[in-house]
Amino acid sequence: MIIEIISITMIISGLFFFLGAVAGIIRFPDFYTRMHAAGKGDTLSTVLVIGGIALYYMETHHWEWSAILVALKLLAIIIFIFISSPTSTHILMKAGFDAGIKPKLKENSENNTTSEES
Amino acid sequence: MYILLTFILSMLIWVIFSGLLDAFHLTLGVVSSILVSVFSSRILFPNHTSSMGSLAAQSLRFIPYFIWLMKEIIVSNFHVLYLALFPGAMKHVQPSIVKFKLGLKSESARYLLANSITLTPGTVSVQIKGDELWVHSISQKTTESLEGDMEKRVARVFGESLTNS
Amino acid sequence: MSAFINLTGVILLIMMLPLIYRVLVGPTAVDRIVATNMIGTKTTVVLLFIGSIYERLEMFVDFALTYALLNFIGSLTISWYFQRKRAQENPGEAVSASIEEVQS
Repeated sequence: MIIEIISITMIISGLFFFLGAVAGIIRFPDFYTRMHAAGKGDTLSTVLVIGGIALYYMETHHWEWSAILVALKLLAIIIFIFISSPTSTHILMKAGFDAGIKPKLKENSENNTTSEES
Repeated sequence: MYILLTFILSMLIWVIFSGLLDAFHLTLGVVSSILVSVFSSRILFPNHTSSMGSLAAQSLRFIPYFIWLMKEIIVSNFHVLYLALFPGAMKHVQPSIVKFKLGLKSESARYLLANSITLTPGTVSVQIKGDELWVHSISQKTTESLEGDMEKRVARVFGESLTNS
Repeated sequence: MSAFINLTGVILLIMMLPLIYRVLVGPTAVDRIVATNMIGTKTTVVLLFIGSIYERLEMFVDFALTYALLNFIGSLTISWYFQRKRAQENPGEAVSASIEEVQS
């Protein structure tokens, strides 16, 4: 019972962070700030939801060996996403940088009009 | 020694992914793990000369770092949530690109630092150019917190000494 | 609990719609790739939900793992293509110059 509550909490908070990431993707002003939302929200929400599924699966299958094996596979997915998501964020950031997308920078000097167009 | 460690790791992954514990599949796993560990243990552990004890010490020191990183990831997600959903928070979005010099030398330490910067609040690493790391930061406040102790933490995990500072 | 799993899957699918908006509208090509990448990561999760609805999670776990791998390889390949294609023109230098000009 307590495990079920923990897994439901994890899944709901994962959905909540995913909502934040989606809102960031829609609302943030330029490409680089959108990458912030994508890189962070995506990683944590996926990890939380998959962790919740793993806990729930082990609980409903009474901690048998086969269920723990499935949970270990889920753990492998979590580790893979944990490594690959920041890496792909970084490489897409680099790709955008090399493709010549100009970042919107904050207004701290007079000649910032060059960075505001695009 | 490192070949044996690679063999144990790949055998563990084989058992987890196949899930079948009869003799036939275990034999297949042993054969393929031996092949993998003989041919490509240098990819997983590039530095065969360093001692086994230092690797174990690195792994042990990685655990508190990982706990600290988890805390930072949760804080950064709340930061993104606040910026994206809270009405009127959008005026705090003042991006800037910061460059600072890297004191870390080894590739894996730099990889860990860049990934940690991507996961901590308000900063994403853009590129490493020579010895300079370019970081895109989302607001003024997070730019100031970046100069803190993250590089020192990574250096402590890998047992390196920072050359600048 | 199974109703909860169903509901969560539906919410995930609904929250993918804004990302599809970003894929369709996105001002630059890399924006579209980022949104596609996020949809792919969430598809991994949705596959796991489908698995637990049909009570065949042990089978769908492998699909999810493969999908996560393919998603990562896909985004790597596309960004590699971008870097190679743009390497001849090299506008990254122009961006660096404009950033230095703004920040100094």
